[in-house]
Amino acid sequence: MKSINLDHISANPLLPEVKEAMIEAIQKDYHNPSSQHKAGEEAAEVLEKARASVARLINCAEPREIVFTSGGTEAVNHAVKGVAMANADKGRHIVTSNIEHNAVIRSLRRLKSAGFKVTSLSVDANGRVNPEDVADAITDETVLVSIMHSNNETGTIQPIEEIGRITREKKVVLHTDAVDSVGVVPIDVQRLGVDLVSFASNPFYGPTGVGGLYIRRGTKVFPLLDGGVQENNKRAGTENLIGIIGMGEAAELARRDMEPRLAHLEKLKGLFLRELPNYIDEYIINTYLDHSLPNLISISVKYIEGESVMLMLDDDDIAVSTRSACATGSLRASHVLLSLGLSHADAQGTLVISFGIDNTEEDILTFLRSLQNVVATLRNISPLYQKVAKA
Amino acid sequence: MYNKTVMDHFRNPRNVGVIEDADGVGEVGNPLCGDMMTIYLKIKKDHIADIKFQTFGCGSAIAVSSMLTEIAKGKSVAEAKRITNKDVAQALEGLPKNKLHCSNLGADALQMALKNYEDRKCGIVRPELKRKDEHEHTHGEKCYCPYCDVELDEGTQFCEACQSDLAEAH
Repeated sequence: MKSINLDHISANPLLPEVKEAMIEAIQKDYHNPSSQHKAGEEAAEVLEKARASVARLINCAEPREIVFTSGGTEAVNHAVKGVAMANADKGRHIVTSNIEHNAVIRSLRRLKSAGFKVTSLSVDANGRVNPEDVADAITDETVLVSIMHSNNETGTIQPIEEIGRITREKKVVLHTDAVDSVGVVPIDVQRLGVDLVSFASNPFYGPTGVGGLYIRRGTKVFPLLDGGVQENNKRAGTENLIGIIGMGEAAELARRDMEPRLAHLEKLKGLFLRELPNYIDEYIINTYLDHSLPNLISISVKYIEGESVMLMLDDDDIAVSTRSACATGSLRASHVLLSLGLSHADAQGTLVISFGIDNTEEDILTFLRSLQNVVATLRNISPLYQKVAKA
Repeated sequence: MYNKTVMDHFRNPRNVGVIEDADGVGEVGNPLCGDMMTIYLKIKKDHIADIKFQTFGCGSAIAVSSMLTEIAKGKSVAEAKRITNKDVAQALEGLPKNKLHCSNLGADALQMALKNYEDRKCGIVRPELKRKDEHEHTHGEKCYCPYCDVELDEGTQFCEACQSDLAEAH
């Protein structure tokens, strides 16, 4: 049987054109883009071509504002720590939300131990930050607001544009972790009014290990890595040119095909949501469907545990992700799900289903049939279901 | 992640179900930990004539429950009292270390069911135990760092070995 990937949030396949561009890059044996001889200049030319492609993807008019990184995590660390350190003389207060990725949470934890104060805002029942809360949290000491664009566990999109208006008015730097949004949904750095945007290449079918950080000109940010003067002195270290070339190609394709991709993903998401109640009952949809990514839905299936569901679906060659504590290695329910007000037991039954452009409608229906059996099997074993059935 | 024996018991769990007129019932775990197990016993001539389980939990929790019932079935009450969580993990040919900590509750549930059986025999009726919504370590196993797998003391907030903050993990 053909295996079905409904875990695109963990890994997207490379597009054939991206693979081709990278293979060609390997065969060309590019020199160091920082070298001043002809071979170096040839490498610098392709590096800048990729930078321009990435810049266009997020409507950034000045490609110099793009810094290539080793991925989303480095970009986030660079943005959060870099802004905090560069502006510590102005103040030591940062505003964020309760549902950020660990890259943000742990960067902030590190800053807290260095004397920074952090205000972490709660989200509403839909999983969204209230922009007014951001306005209220900003003080004279605030040097950074960091709110993610879309949540990696629920797919819910945050009101960044509204928050951007507030931070611009109050003249506070705004960073958004848009790792799961850039290349998936239209992102326009001008319209959003953000100063920094973190992103990665794999969510738009480029290679892992490459990402970038948009830094609006004039934003004071320290480099995360000190060394040479690469990337306009913002990120030391010889560039990962092969990866960057792959990301550049993926960015071109994402921009060109954004509309048909969105239409395809929305169709799959719509089918899934329409058909789901015909296959299972008693579940919670954690995604705020009015404002969410087209490719991700989080559901919590009552009375059963996510890792078991994931393993049984895997036996049917279907890959999904779970946010149950057992499976994440942290042995605690996800902070994002608890922030939404889910009980621990319900959080344990959480599945993250993420579609890709390679999925078909038949994939969704095959998955639903398999899920129906798995849920029935596990509820039959579950003492929680037994109790509810008795009552 | 799991070995073949564990996956076999997970995929085809033995002795799933409820014994309506059970002579002893034992229940352990809580949703915060992620695993809950209920063991039902039917005792005849001082031996476990029948045993059934219900489990809410991950792959290893289901496999542990299944293996436990296999080990306990047919044993005398005295023999069954000596079954430990370690025996179950060994019979499963090993579990991932972080699962030893949270999912290996089968023998605890069995011991509670045996206690319940003996209480009933002596005419002691205990009120049904209220489940606590907090992390409780009833099983005496060591815990391990979820990031680097080194053995830690219970309640440790920081792993010296890998410098990880464990406040969230506990």
